[in-house]
Amino acid sequence: MDFQIALLLGQDGLTNGAIYALLALALVLVFAVTRVIFIPQGEFVAYGALTLATLQAGQLPATLWLILALGAAVAALDGAQALRHGAARKLPRILALNLAVPLALWFLLASTDLAGLPLVAQVLLALAVVVPLGPMIYRLAYQPIAEAPVLILLIVSVAVHVVLIGLGLLFFGAEGTRTPAFSEGTLELGATTLQYQTLWILAISAILIVALYAFFGRSIYGKALRATALNRTGARLMGISTTMAGKLSFTLAALIGAFSGILISPITTLYYDSGFLIGLKGFVGAIIGGLASYPVAAAGALLVGFLESYSSFYASAFKEVIVFTLIIPVLLWRSLTTHHSEEDE
Amino acid sequence: MMRRAVLFAFIVLVALLPVVLPDSAEFYVTLANYIGLYALVALGLVLLTGVGGLTSFGQAAFVGVGAYATAWLTTAFGWSPWATLAVALAATTVVALFLGFITLRMGGHYLPLGTIAWGISLYFLFGNIEAFGGHTGLGGIPPVSLFGMELKNGREFYYLIWIALLLGVIATQNLLDSRDGRAIRALKGGVVMAEAMGVNTAWYKIVIFTIAAQFACVSGWLYAHLQRFVNPTPFSLTQGIEYLFMAVIGGVGHVWGALLGAGLVTILKQWLQDLLPKLLGQSGNFEVIVFGLVMIFVLHRARDGLWPVLLTRVERLWPALAAGAGGRVADAERLPRREMPQAGETILEVQRVSKRFGGLTANNAVSFTVRAGEVMALIGPNGAGKSTMFNCVSGVNPPTEGEVRFLGQRVDRLAAREIARRGMSRTFQHVRLLPAMSVLDNVAIGAHLRGSRTFIHSSVRLDRDEERRLRFEAARQVERVGLGEHLFDAAGSLPLGKQRIVEIARALAADPCLLLLDEPAAGLRYLEKQALAELLRKLRAEGMGILLVEHDMDFVMGLADRIVVMEFGEKLAEGLPKQIQEDPKVLQAYLGGIE
Amino acid sequence: MSMRPVLLEAKDLSVSYGKVEALHKVGLTIREGEIVTVIGPNGAGKTTLLSCLMGLLPGRGEVSYVGRPLGNDFEVEERVGLGLTLVPEKRELFADMSVADNLLLGAFDRYRRGDRAYRETLAEVYGIFPRLRERAEQTAGTLSGGERQMLAMGRALMAKPKLLMLDEPSLGLAPLIIREIFRTVARLREMGVSVLLVEQNARAALQVADYGYVLETGEVSLEGPSAELANDPRVIEAYLGLGGKH
Repeated sequence: MDFQIALLLGQDGLTNGAIYALLALALVLVFAVTRVIFIPQGEFVAYGALTLATLQAGQLPATLWLILALGAAVAALDGAQALRHGAARKLPRILALNLAVPLALWFLLASTDLAGLPLVAQVLLALAVVVPLGPMIYRLAYQPIAEAPVLILLIVSVAVHVVLIGLGLLFFGAEGTRTPAFSEGTLELGATTLQYQTLWILAISAILIVALYAFFGRSIYGKALRATALNRTGARLMGISTTMAGKLSFTLAALIGAFSGILISPITTLYYDSGFLIGLKGFVGAIIGGLASYPVAAAGALLVGFLESYSSFYASAFKEVIVFTLIIPVLLWRSLTTHHSEEDE
Repeated sequence: MMRRAVLFAFIVLVALLPVVLPDSAEFYVTLANYIGLYALVALGLVLLTGVGGLTSFGQAAFVGVGAYATAWLTTAFGWSPWATLAVALAATTVVALFLGFITLRMGGHYLPLGTIAWGISLYFLFGNIEAFGGHTGLGGIPPVSLFGMELKNGREFYYLIWIALLLGVIATQNLLDSRDGRAIRALKGGVVMAEAMGVNTAWYKIVIFTIAAQFACVSGWLYAHLQRFVNPTPFSLTQGIEYLFMAVIGGVGHVWGALLGAGLVTILKQWLQDLLPKLLGQSGNFEVIVFGLVMIFVLHRARDGLWPVLLTRVERLWPALAAGAGGRVADAERLPRREMPQAGETILEVQRVSKRFGGLTANNAVSFTVRAGEVMALIGPNGAGKSTMFNCVSGVNPPTEGEVRFLGQRVDRLAAREIARRGMSRTFQHVRLLPAMSVLDNVAIGAHLRGSRTFIHSSVRLDRDEERRLRFEAARQVERVGLGEHLFDAAGSLPLGKQRIVEIARALAADPCLLLLDEPAAGLRYLEKQALAELLRKLRAEGMGILLVEHDMDFVMGLADRIVVMEFGEKLAEGLPKQIQEDPKVLQAYLGGIE
Repeated sequence: MSMRPVLLEAKDLSVSYGKVEALHKVGLTIREGEIVTVIGPNGAGKTTLLSCLMGLLPGRGEVSYVGRPLGNDFEVEERVGLGLTLVPEKRELFADMSVADNLLLGAFDRYRRGDRAYRETLAEVYGIFPRLRERAEQTAGTLSGGERQMLAMGRALMAKPKLLMLDEPSLGLAPLIIREIFRTVARLREMGVSVLLVEQNARAALQVADYGYVLETGEVSLEGPSAELANDPRVIEAYLGLGGKH
């Protein structure tokens, strides 16, 4: 390997690592707040990219039908519950949020020349379609069993994952897609050439990470999420509803997932099921951080990115094997340094 | 008895199936073969997930180990399939022990995450090793010979699969109905209690993970010789997830749930794979959408799966089938007893023990002793650090500083189960029973260390003699504390006061020489308290040392030989009951006041 | 004595854990600006009572609050919005967050509803517990036992409650601190906050309270104005434990 190739691989590793880091942060957040191991995180990556591609082809994305359907289901469940408790006053809000907003989005998309829109508008619309899936999925799949053991929540996660994979195939077909780069062209930087998209990915990842940091460190909602993660009973006693915290963390996770997909789809071809492996690589990072530490998780995810990139050079057939085997020394190290018996999960 | 008849009828049906099905119905034989293979994997998950509270998404990879081991060794080296089975099982065991060792000491979710990574790695490994034929796979695997007969077609192979499955079912049932079975059932929600009763819970977790992996391995070995061809696809993570779905939908806590789930999912999958592509006008694996939704629904509405739902329905229609709640405990030879120390001998010495949690000091340099044949009471207001002291002494939560000596040896750095082995047994302030298990079984966990048969003995019923003795001992202790009428009741159905007494019986079943009782009289009525005091006096007379935390002062004053009073984590006073009652410091601590 | 309006009233309130009944037909009245104490031995059901009133546990029977029924369908979070707060026995602080953030989150519900006056409340809370102002940037996990109790109370006060429920505020604290805590409780009444005080430290509780209930094995065995209860020989005999030797 000469220096040139090493730099190139390093660039690849850094780009992928930045995406894995974003996903790892979302996974740690969701786990800390809701105790859900969010396996379907990767599907949001694929859904985000493929929804954007569909919009750019000037078509209505099938994910739109999904938010209409899930929104109707949420409205029906929440509405029935409100009526049962004699809280009809809550109905307008429930209907507006879950029915009116998706319908409005439908009309907006149906009446716009989607393919002709500037990229920024297309990205925003793709996010508007995909991100609401996060809180809706939380409401339907997790909220009814929010107090269940981690193990049950994990199995539900796997079930949600396979449903989304199946729907992904139905919605987007088996063909892969690439979307155009945010800006075409390359930048000569000494010995190496950087694609502009790589710079976009690094810059936006950095901005997102700083924004998340500010959100958790400064805003009262961010602090409320941290509080829920630290002590659920304590948080409830302050009026911080577990449901609100769950939906908020799922919204953030969906946003991060979908946006990650949109960022990398100009440099990698994404298929309906590509998200899973991408998400799991984020997981390896998150596990390095013990599903608890944000900085270690992000660093771990970067490590995964580099490992993947360099192993694809030396043993490309065994790339995935090497990346997922990394988890073994990590678990071994954690196991030897953790000293507590987990009681009664 | 009716249950046995139904089981017998089922076995006859299974045995006759290939005989009665016409040649045109070959498809159904194939289907039954697959159901059998899948059920064997799901059975392992019942043990692991339903009973032990752990889970794995990597079972398909273990199936792959079984399949590839035999495929490769038979085709490339001409080994006998039976020899490859041994090699496959050995390889599986090594992998399972290793994965178990690195994940099971941490939180419950590290094992499933570890198995996801393992499943993916192995799948890509199978697909990329040239000796294994890459993604194309390996063909020409020889058939299995049994008593000189080659099992070449599906109907012949059917018997091998279903005999393996039924043996697996019987072995699992035997295992669960034994000393090890009780320990395994305690893994879900009773780890601290089980450790205090001497159960090595980490070891049992690794054991059930390994057994589940071995079932999967056997299934893979059978699969390879049924198909005579292997490629990586059936061993992917997706299939690993499907195995878990089978177990959960069928009823993950019941061995028959594995069969039900494997049957339902396999048949449903066939049907959906025909139906959905027509319905949706596209080809693809859309059945996963339905399976995923069914899973979510089952976990929301019937977390124990369909088997228990089915069972209740059937029992309502046909009450004779319901298993009677009662039972009988056969007389058996008494278990050997521990040698008791001489009355008056100091058995427990607590020297300047401190316990800090972060910045909070819960115990500060507390010292006291307990002698054989005396009742020592530890009293003090709420939050004085009495239960913390109990946890320090019994090894549940070891002290930060200071020494604990039990029978002359230092124990403050030993695990709870090691201390239990030396003859200390305890109850818990917040009752730690397994609510769904009978009182008898709960108490029998206390006698865990008095048995020595391994899970291999239990799975083939070589443990019956010891098991009878353990059950007899447990029943004796339940009688002794006066709960004989509740022997077969679920422990969780008793009032809280009686549950505390069950805890005492469980502690006594360990044959201790020092008994630690944390608020045993709370929630008892007057007469029950008197009976309890009587029992404790009798134990004292037999030479047992008793350390007691209690709030009921009448109870304490009437029973204790010596009393230690604690306040704010420190020892406030020590002495005879009479001295304590007159100590002004104690009166102040108890009656409080802000002036 | 003039009768103030009733703030909270429970009638025939029962709570069960599975088949085990922890609270049996308990009746309780709290008037505005009053300190009511519930005393009783360990396991009598005192914490269960508070958990049920706060909505952490479902109960059977009637509970009304400012004249309106407060059914099981009112979640904890909604009750906070109605002016009920609970300082639990375990304090339940956010250990890895600063004292200031803990206090801020006490006002989360007010913030959510657009009430921005919590900054003034913060000044009031610092006024009541000056020690918290000194420790504002420290993480809650590093505080001493007494400071934790102050923080837990301060955090609850940030919600501007009508009814503050305190579960064993004296638990594990040294006498000097207990005195300070109880003095604060007395001050809250002057600020118009009603207090429901659950205590093992009976004498201290009865000294500060207006009215008291004795809870034994899940039932109210005695009730009356605190001064009368404090001198009732039955309370001394049954609850204060050490028998008639006093």
